Amino acid sequence: MENTNLNYKNIPGWNSDADPENEPTYPMKKYTGDDHARLNWKRPPLQTPTTEILKSIERPNLSATFGTPVPPSGLSGMIRRFAFKFDESEYGHWLNLLLADRVNVVEGVIDDLLHGHVPNCFAEEGWKAEWKYNKKNVVKKVVKVALLTAAVVFLFTKNKEKKSKNIFGF
Amino acid sequence: MWSIDWNLQRKFAFCEAYNFKSMKDPVLFLKKTTDWFGADVCIDAVGCEAEGSPLQTITGRKLMMQAGSATALHWAINSVKKGGIVSVVGVYGPTDNLVPIGNVVNKGLTIRANQTSVKRLLPKLIGHIEAGHISPKEIITHHIPLEEISDAYRIFSDKLDNCIKTVLIPPSARK
Repeated sequence: MENTNLNYKNIPGWNSDADPENEPTYPMKKYTGDDHARLNWKRPPLQTPTTEILKSIERPNLSATFGTPVPPSGLSGMIRRFAFKFDESEYGHWLNLLLADRVNVVEGVIDDLLHGHVPNCFAEEGWKAEWKYNKKNVVKKVVKVALLTAAVVFLFTKNKEKKSKNIFGF
Repeated sequence: MWSIDWNLQRKFAFCEAYNFKSMKDPVLFLKKTTDWFGADVCIDAVGCEAEGSPLQTITGRKLMMQAGSATALHWAINSVKKGGIVSVVGVYGPTDNLVPIGNVVNKGLTIRANQTSVKRLLPKLIGHIEAGHISPKEIITHHIPLEEISDAYRIFSDKLDNCIKTVLIPPSARK
């Protein structure tokens, strides 16, 4: 076993975290009541909702702050509203939110196309950088996708042939 | 202090650093190096993108049936000593992970976890920089214009070009 630094005092800043006067990780040690002033704490003014905000059923009120630029909309919005009928301990909450995110991606692409913008997936996913630094991985991915597509196409065409045979009574 | 991570830690943490890829079983390694007791404290600083276990990688990162792969946490729980402390600062998602919780109970472990309390700790950390204890400059490997964010994200997330930390430069900062 190699021991690289036996004399710990050689380490820059060794022991500097041991200063009890500068120990922010244990606020309870020097509790002054300033943090929340407990019972006398007056809640600062809350953000007012200007759009639909989805609220957890685990809380009576909205959270103190929330984002407003992307309110739930479309199919993904419907899935998100449904997800918020479940508490955060249930799969119905998280799995639906994961699904909504993916549906939202498709909605975004459709929205782009409707506004006359054809998304450049190659650029938006940073494949230029991947190609520059890791050509092997790009080639591997392309081959994988090509093989998978070929396999799917092969399977479907094979089934179709069988089906058509059955339909025409051969 | 032992750290099962790459060479970088040798330089910045001044600890013995080992690469888990060069060992068959990191848990056995840690047991051996601690006279078979296990470490006093194990810190999982990796989180949901851990490598090292095909089962965790496939279910956690490829199929997403878990909230990320819990390989590092699994190793931490199994290589800490009985009655020891496992500290989790690696980030996981809100759903479930495959973790040997029975070993936590039977070994009587204490689990501590948190994300960084940035506001509370920042003054102290800036103090460390001012005193020359740490030099964050040395881990910044890339400066990229904000307009090239897609490529920057790919470089960072795929760890291309030996990327460690990236600084994004908005157009207003270049004038």
